[in-house]
Amino acid sequence: MTTRIESAFAFSPRRVAAMMLRYWYLLRSSWPRLVELVYWPMVQMITWGFLQFYVVQNAGFFARAAGTLIGAVLLWDILFRGQLGFSISFLEEMWSRNIGNLMMSPLRPFEFIIALMVMSMVRLLIGVIPVTLLAFLFFGFNLYGLGLALVAFFINLMLTSWAVGIFVSGLVLRNGLGAENFAWSIMFLFMPLTCVYYPVTTLPVWLQPLAWLLPPTYVFEGMRALLIEHTFHPNLMIDALGLNVLFFAGGSFGFLKLLQSARRHGSLMQTGE
Amino acid sequence: MPASPAIDVERLVKIYKNVRAVDAVSFSIARGSITGLLGGNGAGKTTTIAMIMGLTTPTSGRVTVLGAEMPRQRYRVLQRMNFESPYVEMPMRLTVRQNLTVFGMLYGVADLADRIAELVGALDLTDLLDRPTGKLSAGQKTRVSLAKSLINAPDLLLLDEPTASLDPDTADWVRGHLDRYRRDRHATVLLASHNMAEVERLCERVIIMKRGRIEDDDTPARLLARYGRRTLEEVFLDVARGGGEAREAAQ
Repeated sequence: MTTRIESAFAFSPRRVAAMMLRYWYLLRSSWPRLVELVYWPMVQMITWGFLQFYVVQNAGFFARAAGTLIGAVLLWDILFRGQLGFSISFLEEMWSRNIGNLMMSPLRPFEFIIALMVMSMVRLLIGVIPVTLLAFLFFGFNLYGLGLALVAFFINLMLTSWAVGIFVSGLVLRNGLGAENFAWSIMFLFMPLTCVYYPVTTLPVWLQPLAWLLPPTYVFEGMRALLIEHTFHPNLMIDALGLNVLFFAGGSFGFLKLLQSARRHGSLMQTGE
Repeated sequence: MPASPAIDVERLVKIYKNVRAVDAVSFSIARGSITGLLGGNGAGKTTTIAMIMGLTTPTSGRVTVLGAEMPRQRYRVLQRMNFESPYVEMPMRLTVRQNLTVFGMLYGVADLADRIAELVGALDLTDLLDRPTGKLSAGQKTRVSLAKSLINAPDLLLLDEPTASLDPDTADWVRGHLDRYRRDRHATVLLASHNMAEVERLCERVIIMKRGRIEDDDTPARLLARYGRRTLEEVFLDVARGGGEAREAAQ
């Protein structure tokens, strides 16, 4: 038996691996959890795919912009499911009343966050990869045809989803499961403002600056430019990355402040279903 | 030079809104000792333990654990501590083996498979290892929680109602195991309970709390003598009903 004295900033890959293993065991033990990962993205893609199929046959513009709706749906799912995957893994600790065990263990908050980020990626890939293949089979839309641009879109969307997930986890930690609804609904606040299905110019002029403050707006604009004009705008991705750094720093700072507040209010011992 | 105490609590206060949950509590706990923290519901036992563990920040006062100030320096000592409490549970869907593996990794336990085998043998968990933790009976879950709390062979073990909701036989078995562990490892144990028989059997020293304050603090034998009672339960009732006046009357 060995025990080591460590500082607050010591990083342990083994502790991160322990948390990932914990979530992997959980996923493996529950087939409804696995099915749920694929179910909603698939339903969404099929619904919007048929809608696109219909408008392509009836509108000249959309005939030129083939794939924008399905592309938007799939990219939106990366953003939404990325955040949800992060938040659900965190909520599992609250539902099972395990958060006190974790907070009392040597696990550092940033190690916990890294494990949640990796698991959100794993959950996302389990859910989205089969759906992208179905999109190709059903509607001939090849998401992977976006090439390197897809990598830039993916990185930016994941960073936003994690930043929001981290902040929401802090809210739940501080306020208990009464704040759980934020985890399910907060991303929908982004939906109209990030212009998932329409260009930013559709918004009223006074609302457009607010839209440009959100990193996903740049991704959805970039996706439309790529599919409609066949042009990739790297500057959009760089701007999104800059904003994402601010979002991520803000989310992490918020989480740490809410954790401090939870310690002050004694919430860490009183969380549960 | 005498060894520093395992736990040193100095004028500890915790106020939640307008409620003083813990009110200027001070005590030291010697290394290798087993101490009972007694008190009724709302006496401040759990809040005191939460502050010792670094889970709750004190409003004022100071807590030092194994030489580290809590919660500021908690990462220096968390690997050498562990706890069990009815306020937390282990993930229900994970099997006993999976839970012990995850917590063993979190605590940086070397030779984890051997340590799990050792605990499983000592706590009679062999037949339960591959069952989901949520499917176990209350007594079995308690044994699993105890295994988790011992996974890192802690120098300091904090136990909050470790035998609550257990049948007398299992509760007795758990107490025996805790006592053996403490003696074998020279570990320090702080036990919060309102089970007087448990405290009387296990503890060398008893701290009685009431309404966030320490009402009395002594060995069980001296408490019995001072209050002129035969059991700690009677002492506890005296304190609960009369507080300091009961002790003065007894003296």
